[in-house]
Amino acid sequence: MLRLNKLVKTYKTGDQALKSIDLEVPKGQVLALIGPSGAGKSTLIRCINRLVEPTGGSILLDDVDLSKLGSGALRKARREMGMIFQEYALVERLTVMENVLSGRLGYVGFWRSFLRKYPQPDVDEAFRLLDRVGLLHMADKRADELSGGQRQRVGICRALIQNPKLLLVDEPTASLDPKTSRQIMRLITELCQERGLAAIINIHDVALAQMFVPRVVGLRFGEIVYDGLPTGLTSDKLTEIYGEEDWEATIAKVDEEDEIEAAE
Amino acid sequence: MSHRELDDMLGTKWRKPSFVPNPLLRWVLILGFIAYLIAAFMTIDVNWSRVYDGLDRGGQFIMAFAKPDFVSRAGDIWSGLLESIVMTVAASVVGILISIPIGLGAARNIAPMPIYLICRGIVAISRALQEIIVAILLVAIFGFGPLAGFLTLSFATIGFLSKLLAEDIESMDRVQAEAIRASGARWTQWINYGVQPQVMPRLVGLSMYRIDINFRESAILGLVGAGGIGATLNTAFDRYEYDTAAAILLLIIGIVMALEYLSGIIRARVQ
Repeated sequence: MLRLNKLVKTYKTGDQALKSIDLEVPKGQVLALIGPSGAGKSTLIRCINRLVEPTGGSILLDDVDLSKLGSGALRKARREMGMIFQEYALVERLTVMENVLSGRLGYVGFWRSFLRKYPQPDVDEAFRLLDRVGLLHMADKRADELSGGQRQRVGICRALIQNPKLLLVDEPTASLDPKTSRQIMRLITELCQERGLAAIINIHDVALAQMFVPRVVGLRFGEIVYDGLPTGLTSDKLTEIYGEEDWEATIAKVDEEDEIEAAE
Repeated sequence: MSHRELDDMLGTKWRKPSFVPNPLLRWVLILGFIAYLIAAFMTIDVNWSRVYDGLDRGGQFIMAFAKPDFVSRAGDIWSGLLESIVMTVAASVVGILISIPIGLGAARNIAPMPIYLICRGIVAISRALQEIIVAILLVAIFGFGPLAGFLTLSFATIGFLSKLLAEDIESMDRVQAEAIRASGARWTQWINYGVQPQVMPRLVGLSMYRIDINFRESAILGLVGAGGIGATLNTAFDRYEYDTAAAILLLIIGIVMALEYLSGIIRARVQ
């Protein structure tokens, strides 16, 4: 469904963030993108919906080359890709409902959105999504009144109300506590399953990735150095991705956590 | 001493590095500034006997505040005040409305280069020309009266508000706006959802502040013939009617303080 061919991004400073990335994501697959800071994870995700302009290569979403679209067509294509951000990126002075409905901006005209008169199906869908993530009672609160975990749930609703084919998820748990992180990861993977969505999830926490996704891609210096099952991430592989470090603790932790998970 | 070991450093004093690292240059700058300051004060010569005479007149002026005369020129004061308020409100509304698009255009993070340069140019021109100079020019073109004052204040509002609005937009949180763009919003929707909520409190606060400034300026502009309460004030001074002038000044102070109080309430509400 999504295919990246020889995707290259070179920043003006000369930093080569992505060196010829080839990646294919089939429909409905959730994959985790891991790698050290500066490996190009964020750049990769932002190149797909062109918040960052790629320098070369092609991005095929259902056979449409996103890298060649003009601004109007790009807006239409962006509606198909929901994005969830690190630090939530909610518009803080807008209400929860406005934030969720902003996911429909690609579908409604300017005056409708300006006057906040969204079509009833959109409003109903927003209520349904907020109910699904357990925040229906917060609909009219301002986004900055919410806790971190709640904000990220609103972020998830905003992405899903676009009715996307693909979710681009950038460090969804980076500023959350361990328990909330797991709840958020579980919510994202569950929702993807319910709706048959593909997702690319950038994530720092290797153990967390291993717990929730069936496929892990490791990025280092803008190149893919691992692509496979989460169980295939051995100490050697992690060293290849992140550099020399004692990985036993990280991997052991995964097993332990799995047991706790199973015990629950 | 490129790389010092810990043992060498233990027991040595630590100080914050100076802003100017070279001590010689640092002292030359400090002493030079002090010398200049002394020299500058020496050039201001004070004619003390003139000051002694003037104290009397100054005293009269200040004493007039003890018995301000609101009554004998009540008609003039009232019509001048009304003219000033009309000028202030009209100029503020027009100025703010024009400032918003120019402010958007003058923000480097949302405007393309050519538009940015044009808008920054407008801001620079508006700020470079002092209100009094603009007023003198406009009085020459449009004649005496509040029209010249209205145009002057509108013009000055643009420079002030656009610049500060643009700076607020430039320092907004980029990611919040990015999230709106990622949903496929068009440019106008992006501004309305991603940018406007972030800068709204500041825009309201600055607008209130500008209304306040415009009212005070309208009192000055009368001195060069651009209408408003300033014209009445000027007449009062010309006739040596210090008690009427005092009444006018008290009214201006009262209105400015009321505006200040009002803007405090409004700003607290839009946070």
